[in-house]
Amino acid sequence: MKSFHKVFNEAENKISGVAAAPGIVVANAYLYIKDKLEINHSKVTDTGEALKNFDESLAKSKKELSKILDLAKEKMNDTRIAIFEAQVMILDDPVLIDKIKERITNEKMQPESIVDDEISKYQKIMIGSEETYLKERAHDIEDIKNRIIRNLQKKRWESKIPHNAVVVSDSLTPADTLLFTKSHVQAFITDHGGLTSHAAIISRSLNIPAVVGTHNSTQKIKDSDTLIVDGFHGYVIINPNEEQIEFFKSKHERLVELQKGLEEFVDKPAKTKDGREINLMANVDVTGEIDLVVSSGAKGIGLYRTEQIIDELGEIPDEEEQVRIYTNLSSRIYPESFIIRAFDIGGDKVKLFDYDEPNPFLGLRGIRFLLENQALLKTQVRAVLRASHNKNIKFMLPMVSTIGEIRRTKELIEECKKELRQEKISFDKNLKVGIMVEVPSAAVMANEFAREVDFLSIGTNDLIQYLMAVDRGNDLVADLYQEFNPAVVKTLSFIINEGKKEGIEVSLCGEMAADTLAIPLLVGLGLESLSIAPTTILYAKRIIRNISYESAKKMADDCLSCHYEYQVAERIEKFFEENKITRTRNII
Amino acid sequence: MIEETVTIKNKAGMHTRPAATIVKMAAKYKCDFYITKDELHINGKSIIGVMTLAAEMGSKVILTFEGEDEKEAAQEIIDYFNRGFDEL
Repeated sequence: MKSFHKVFNEAENKISGVAAAPGIVVANAYLYIKDKLEINHSKVTDTGEALKNFDESLAKSKKELSKILDLAKEKMNDTRIAIFEAQVMILDDPVLIDKIKERITNEKMQPESIVDDEISKYQKIMIGSEETYLKERAHDIEDIKNRIIRNLQKKRWESKIPHNAVVVSDSLTPADTLLFTKSHVQAFITDHGGLTSHAAIISRSLNIPAVVGTHNSTQKIKDSDTLIVDGFHGYVIINPNEEQIEFFKSKHERLVELQKGLEEFVDKPAKTKDGREINLMANVDVTGEIDLVVSSGAKGIGLYRTEQIIDELGEIPDEEEQVRIYTNLSSRIYPESFIIRAFDIGGDKVKLFDYDEPNPFLGLRGIRFLLENQALLKTQVRAVLRASHNKNIKFMLPMVSTIGEIRRTKELIEECKKELRQEKISFDKNLKVGIMVEVPSAAVMANEFAREVDFLSIGTNDLIQYLMAVDRGNDLVADLYQEFNPAVVKTLSFIINEGKKEGIEVSLCGEMAADTLAIPLLVGLGLESLSIAPTTILYAKRIIRNISYESAKKMADDCLSCHYEYQVAERIEKFFEENKITRTRNII
Repeated sequence: MIEETVTIKNKAGMHTRPAATIVKMAAKYKCDFYITKDELHINGKSIIGVMTLAAEMGSKVILTFEGEDEKEAAQEIIDYFNRGFDEL
């Protein structure tokens, strides 16, 4: 039972990036390299001629864009075509166009120089904004700017590409993305861009797999290379061997089979046949994923990894910035809940300070780090409180290993509340505070810890690593990282039961829940809440709707008496067969 | 002159689609129309200008209308903001 991760890790020539649009494809590469526009900044002698050229370039651009707009209308829904409509409108923008013409007349400069300068002014404002989507919008504006300049230079852009290719490019404009569909593009790979880039959004709505932000795909991939593109995980394998192709192809076929009919689950509850409803929430890494979360029918966000904000921005966001981000996300998901996890700094995650720790995973990370850097924690707590007035925000502490850490953090939260009251700023005075259970000491003390907090969320990645004492990044022992080891199953069962004794909510986040084989086991162990990657929600829903809690519970009981990992896995597989559910282990 | 402060009500904020709709509405009227948010003061008839405004849910923007048909323009555009850009 090989997993995607394993096959990918074993591959020699590979690239990874952001999984921007799901799907798996095996096809040949086409490198799409755009000529860099050289802008002529010289003076013109005849401004009348220059103005005429400018008008012609606008007309030509308009003609090109209306074709693209027609294509967009044919392929996408109204909200997605707005970007193309807006581009057409820019060509008629009275303020912009008048200003450019006025400057051509007064400054007697080449129109392309003025166009570049004027439109760049707007782009600068967008790039300076703290909103990710505005930064991406600057990229869309780049498209229209280059289009006008190219038409001024009377150059043509090649958007015809070989059929059925994987387009590999530095970055892609929305128009490129759309035009390539005419040549049946199979997948997109880009060096730059994130989940909120229009290319990514359009790929998702057109169902074309995409891996973006790979940094060096255009250097590593050559024209006509055979590629495996895995848009679920953000993997690309270059010139794979037969075995790898077979592996991905068979996964792909299964996926197509499985995807049929998944859409119907979007609005249906994740309820077992005997009526037990499982709260399926989504894990969110970057702000842009919120669209995916909303469209997946998730019941809220179960894990928002705030250290990713630092990663995205390259610096620690200040209080105002955090308030903005949290308010925005919590409003988008309202009335469902939004669980913000405090900065999990240290370990393999964002490194901010130059501590040289011999064992970073056993070192100053998570809540330990935050309690040592209280100013940072306080800023975050204040921001979370200030954003909490809709009452759908919860706050979660990572890497808790002692009760003292919980109490000290709670004191600090009370301090922040007092400050805010004095400042007359409103907040949710009953803000729910929970902890991640990911250290064995927290698992053993689950009951005692549960009395201190409002909820527990089991973080399987670290829990398994600490429980099995295995560094899963270390190939020599990676085999010991066993999600279905009976010790893991027993520990999960213990935490769930201890939490429930105290009547608080217990949920689970972490990659284990993304492995669909784990879903019936987790339901059977008594979990009523799971937080998983947004792309896997519908798959999990289908499984839950096809099983009964009673039978899953029996299966989980059997697993609790197993001695080996393979026995647990076999028992769950048998459960899938008994319930006639297509087994989806490692499919996604 | 008519000046009115409005709150962005829809979840997605003033994204590209409502921005385009606002500009299209404004284009029908003769009066001047400006949108102010924080330190940015934008001509509401300019799509590229309106697109530079980041107005998320809950934020406030000031709309000003000035000219012969300001009443009609204000009515239509303020109403569109108050309907949450028809995305509520």
